[in-house]
Amino acid sequence: MNLNLSFNDNVLSVILLSLEISTTAIIIGILIGIPIGALLALTRFPGKRWIVALVYTCMGLPPVLIGVIIYLMLSRYGPLGSLEWLFSPQAMMMAQSILVTPIILGLTMSAVQAKEKLYTEALKSLGATPWQAAWTIIKEARKGIFAGLGTAFGRAISEVGAVMLVGGNIEGHTRVMTTAIILETRMGNYPTALTIGFVLLAISFILNSFLVMGIIGNLREERNYW
Amino acid sequence: MEKLKLHQIVVQTKEKTILQVDEISFPTRNIFGIVGPSGAGKSTLLRVMNLLIKPSQGTIDFFGKNIDLPSLSYLKAIPIQRQMAYVPQKSVMFDTNVYENVAIGLRFHGIPKQEIDRRVRVALEQVGLIDYADRKATTLSGGESQRIALARSLVLRPKLLLLDEPTSNLDPINVSIFEQVIYNIYQQTEMTVIMVTHNLLQAKRLASQCLFIHQGQLLEMADTESFFEQPQTKELAAFLSGQMIY
Repeated sequence: MNLNLSFNDNVLSVILLSLEISTTAIIIGILIGIPIGALLALTRFPGKRWIVALVYTCMGLPPVLIGVIIYLMLSRYGPLGSLEWLFSPQAMMMAQSILVTPIILGLTMSAVQAKEKLYTEALKSLGATPWQAAWTIIKEARKGIFAGLGTAFGRAISEVGAVMLVGGNIEGHTRVMTTAIILETRMGNYPTALTIGFVLLAISFILNSFLVMGIIGNLREERNYW
Repeated sequence: MEKLKLHQIVVQTKEKTILQVDEISFPTRNIFGIVGPSGAGKSTLLRVMNLLIKPSQGTIDFFGKNIDLPSLSYLKAIPIQRQMAYVPQKSVMFDTNVYENVAIGLRFHGIPKQEIDRRVRVALEQVGLIDYADRKATTLSGGESQRIALARSLVLRPKLLLLDEPTSNLDPINVSIFEQVIYNIYQQTEMTVIMVTHNLLQAKRLASQCLFIHQGQLLEMADTESFFEQPQTKELAAFLSGQMIY
């Protein structure tokens, strides 16, 4: 087997499209997930435990199931068929957004809840208004929120089932790293499949290195605390 | 004289009454020491005064303003809370530098930037940690954290300073620095200080009046000297002599 890794314009466009789709999905996830996650963590209302249970369930949504549902919704006779997004990057962004939003929301909620328990009394006794207290708690939870974003990005960029179904793996249009790896492997182009695989791994490694360094640094500080 | 008075305070859970105080009047501009066995309700009393716990009944006459505690909302409590400060047994540090940890309350109160800078630097000088201004607060030792928490309270220039066993985890040097700062501030300002402590010697050193709380009730309140020399109740006498009382 020739392991001479090939890196050409096609591979580059696949990588860029993957990054574009996953980054867009994460941005949508941030816009929806962080405010709702923080709100859920900081408020009490009847039925909250059911919503929390639903959020945690959605964090483990099967990608293929999401793919099928979005496929049906975007199909010609589906409720969103008029958008004509099926087999387009928009459909893939939509699928990934649905997958990552509960992850960002749930991990934001956990991070904020942990800080809320720790800081609420101190903030109240310092005369903080509810908004000032909420904003300070969210800022204190930022490391947990960033860890959540890393997890969500990892899930998005390595996801294959949903994007394959709704994107269709069309060359130059909807082919991303994961779907390209499957295709190249099936065609016997192992060097290309491996090249893309290593790039995917490198992206994950770089992102997680930043996160791990931040988290370990934080743990060291906590250990010095008392 | 300005008043600080508690009336008919009752704090209870489903199972039991934690605190039941008919009336306590604190003559202002004094240091008060609250002592009593563990679980007596001392910290609860302090937290009620800081409006952190809502009692099931009771009012507080806070420097001329009569407040019905059970009906007090979060928003209405803010202007009152901004006139007092609270240092718990184990203070939390925010994940930023020491300077910002001291300044945070002033930012909440909307104090101008220059004034914040002035007050923070003075407070850090007072607690002997001016060189720590840029250090990350979460890396401080327990004693340093408590001194920062004290500085964070002092910059607010509260009328009432509530201290809940603030030196219980500290080494003798930090205890001494802490007490010296409290005493100096008390001498220089018009602050009233109420301090819960398990350290009877500390109460003797700092307080001008002491209160004894036992089983959720105020059993005795007197000048420090007569409090320690002539206890009026057998419970206080037993407590002072080191007997276990429950």
